[in-house]
Amino acid sequence: MKHVLSILVNDEPGVLARVAGLFSRRNFNIDSICVGETETPGVSRMVIVTSEDSQTMEQVKKQLHKLIDVIKVQELSEHAMVARELMLVKVEVSPSARSEVNGILEPFRASVVDVSPNALIVQATGDRDKLDALVELLHPYGIKEISRTGLTAMTRGMVKVPS
Amino acid sequence: MCAQTARAEDVMDLIKEEQGEMLSGAEILLRCLINEGVDHIFGYPGGAVLPIYDSLYSSAINHILMRHEQGAIHAADGYARATGKPGVVIVTSGPGATNLVTGIATAQMDSIPLVCITGNVATTAIGTDAFQEADITGITMPITKHNYLVRDAKNLPRIIKEAFHIASTGRPGPVLIDIPKDVSSSKVPFQMEERLSLRGYNPTLKPHPLQVERLVKAVAEAERPVILAGGGVVSGGADRELIRFAEEARIPVTTTLMGLGGFPGNHPLCMGMPGMHGTYAANQALLECDLLIGVGARFDDRVTMGRIDKFATKAKIVHIDIDPAEIGKTLETYIPLVGDVKQVLSVVNEKVKPARSEQWLQQIEAWKEERPLTYDKHPDTLMPQWVIELLYESTSGDAIVTTDVGQHQMWVAQYFSFAEPRSCISSGGLGTMGFGFPAALGAQLAHPERTVISVNGDGGFQMNAQELAVAAINNIPVKVAIINNLCLGMVRQWQEIFYENRYSHIDLSGSPDFVKLAEAYGVRGFRATNEKEAKQVWQEALAHPGPAVVDFIVREEENVYPMVPAGKGLDEMIMGDESE
Repeated sequence: MKHVLSILVNDEPGVLARVAGLFSRRNFNIDSICVGETETPGVSRMVIVTSEDSQTMEQVKKQLHKLIDVIKVQELSEHAMVARELMLVKVEVSPSARSEVNGILEPFRASVVDVSPNALIVQATGDRDKLDALVELLHPYGIKEISRTGLTAMTRGMVKVPS
Repeated sequence: MCAQTARAEDVMDLIKEEQGEMLSGAEILLRCLINEGVDHIFGYPGGAVLPIYDSLYSSAINHILMRHEQGAIHAADGYARATGKPGVVIVTSGPGATNLVTGIATAQMDSIPLVCITGNVATTAIGTDAFQEADITGITMPITKHNYLVRDAKNLPRIIKEAFHIASTGRPGPVLIDIPKDVSSSKVPFQMEERLSLRGYNPTLKPHPLQVERLVKAVAEAERPVILAGGGVVSGGADRELIRFAEEARIPVTTTLMGLGGFPGNHPLCMGMPGMHGTYAANQALLECDLLIGVGARFDDRVTMGRIDKFATKAKIVHIDIDPAEIGKTLETYIPLVGDVKQVLSVVNEKVKPARSEQWLQQIEAWKEERPLTYDKHPDTLMPQWVIELLYESTSGDAIVTTDVGQHQMWVAQYFSFAEPRSCISSGGLGTMGFGFPAALGAQLAHPERTVISVNGDGGFQMNAQELAVAAINNIPVKVAIINNLCLGMVRQWQEIFYENRYSHIDLSGSPDFVKLAEAYGVRGFRATNEKEAKQVWQEALAHPGPAVVDFIVREEENVYPMVPAGKGLDEMIMGDESE
C-alpha cells in the first residue's frame, strides 16, 4: 500500500541527503521524493511516497523524527488530501496524427508544450492514476521519454493534522 | 605535560569581557568549549587544525596528545562513559578525520555523548579533491546523532552550543563539527550564544500518566515478572530508582552488557547478564516470564538472538525508554513508556505495589543453584576465568574495568560483579577491537583516584598498543591485563563449534613479547604463566604507582559458556558440559 509522507525540514545544505540516507540505511523504500520551499522561510517540505506496511510506517515516522533537521512528519495518506504530480512525455507523433493525439489530451486537461516535425512534448498534472492512464493511452504512438516529478501533496481544508 | 595556564573562573570572566571583540574562529572555539565545561580534550594535530592548535598552546584546557586518532576518540569515549560528560576529540582533515569513523560508530551504537571536531581544507577548496580533504560530514552522516560543516565563524557559538546539547540530551550520541581551515583563522566579532533554538529536537522526559497506571496494574497482577535493564539506566543515572523499583515490586533483574553496574551485581535480585553468553538463570527467566519490563535496553540481537518468535513468548512486554523509535522496533509492546528513565521510575516508584512473585523468586534461586557459572581447572595452567576472579578479588570489585572485544569481554561480564554504574566500560553494540586500552586512559584521567583496569585479549591490545606512550609520558596508572591465549579466541571458539575446527587465520603467532613492548615504552611489564606467579605479579602491578602491563598466558582451547548459537532461541543454550 502506498503511503504519502509530508516532512517539514530545516532548509540546510545536505538535508535531502540526510533523509534519503535514513531511508536507505534502514531499508525503507522510496517510490518518489519531491522537495521545495514552503510559506515559512528556512523551512522546506519534502513529500515522500513509500510502499511499506503499516507497522513499518510507524518506524519510518519515528526514525524521521530522530533527525535534528526534521521538524514535523505527517502521514497525509491517512487523511483527505490533494496529491499532484507533473509529467512531461515526449511522444512520436507525425503531423497527421497530431489532432488525434490532441483528442486524447483534452479529457486529461493535458497540453502540448513543444512541437517538432515528428514529436510532441505533452505536459500533464494530476494524481498518479490519472498520469498512469494517460501514459497508457499514449503508448501506441511511441513514447520516447517520460519525466515525472513525483507527488507533492497537502491535506484538504483547514484540518490540522496531528504529527 | 600541559600545565593549566589560567584558573577556570578567570577564563570565564575573560570570556564575558571579550564579547564584541574580533576573534578568530579557533579562539572562539576554545572559549565556547570552556563555556561548556570541557576540561579534557584528546587529539592529534595536523595542517587543517593548525589555527586551533595555536590557540590551544596557551589555553586552560588540558589537551592529551594521543598517538593515533582512533586512540584519541576511544579515549574521549572512555572519558564520557566514566563521567557522563561529553568526550571531546580534535583531529585534522582527511585521514585524521576518517580515522575517527570507527570510534564514532562505536559511540553511536552505545549512545555515548561525544563532540568530535575535525579540521577541513579551506571552504574555497572543498569539493576539489584537495590535499588531505575528506567529506567527513557525508561519511559520518549515518553514524552521528547530528553533524555540522561550519561555513562562517559567526555560526560557531551557536553550533557548539547546539552540538553539546544534542550530544548529551535525550538519547546521547556523537556529534561531529567540521571546521574548514579558513573558518578557524578568520576573525569575526565574538558573540556568545545564550539561547538554544532547535525546532526539530525536543525529547520527551516525563512519562504519560496513563501508561504509568497500566504498568503499576500489570506489575501487581504479574506472577513471573522480569526487569531487563540496559545502558539507559547508566546514562540516565537511574540506578537508585531501579533498585527501589525492583525491591518494592519484588522483581528479579537481568542486566545487559551495557547495563552492568546499573543494578548491583551481587544484589539478591540480580540474575546476571542475559542472551548469547548470559547466565542460565537469566535466560530461563526470560523464557518463562509473564511480564518483561525493559528499562533503558533496546532488545538487541545478543539478547533476543534475532529469534523474536522465541523471545519471551509467554510475556507481555513493557518498554521504558527515552527514544520513542526503539519502542516497537523489535518487539510488539504492550505498555510503551517514553521518558527519561530516572523520571519514569521515580513516578512509578510512588505508586508501585509488589508483584505476586514469591514462588517465582524461589524458582530463580533454584535456577541459580542448579547451573551457576562454572569452569574446569587444568593443572599448572592459568584459566582466563580465574584471572578475572583474581582481578575482582584483589580490588574487592571496586575498580573501573574496561574491556576490549572477544572471549575476555564475556568472561569479565560473567565473573566480575559490578556494583556501581560507570564501572564497566565495554564496546557493546559495535564490538570494536582496540577500544579497551585507550578507553581506560580516558576513564583514568576522569577518575585519577580510582583503580582502572584495562582487560584485553592479545589481538585487540595490539590494535592500539601505541597509546602506551601516552600512559607513560602522562603517568596514567592504568593496569593492563592481557588475557593472552596467542590467538583470536572468540573466532576460534566459533570455528571449533560451527566450522568443524577449521581454524582459519586465527593464529596470532608473531605477536610481540608484551613485557618487552611495555618496557620499550617505559611502562612496567610483568608475565604470569601459573596461579602463583599471577597473584604475585598482579599485586606488584597494582602497587606500582604508574601504568603497568601484565601478560597472563592462559589456556588456549577454552570456550565461553553458556553459549546460545546464532539463530537459536534462549532455550537452546549450550552449557559446555554436554559430553558428560
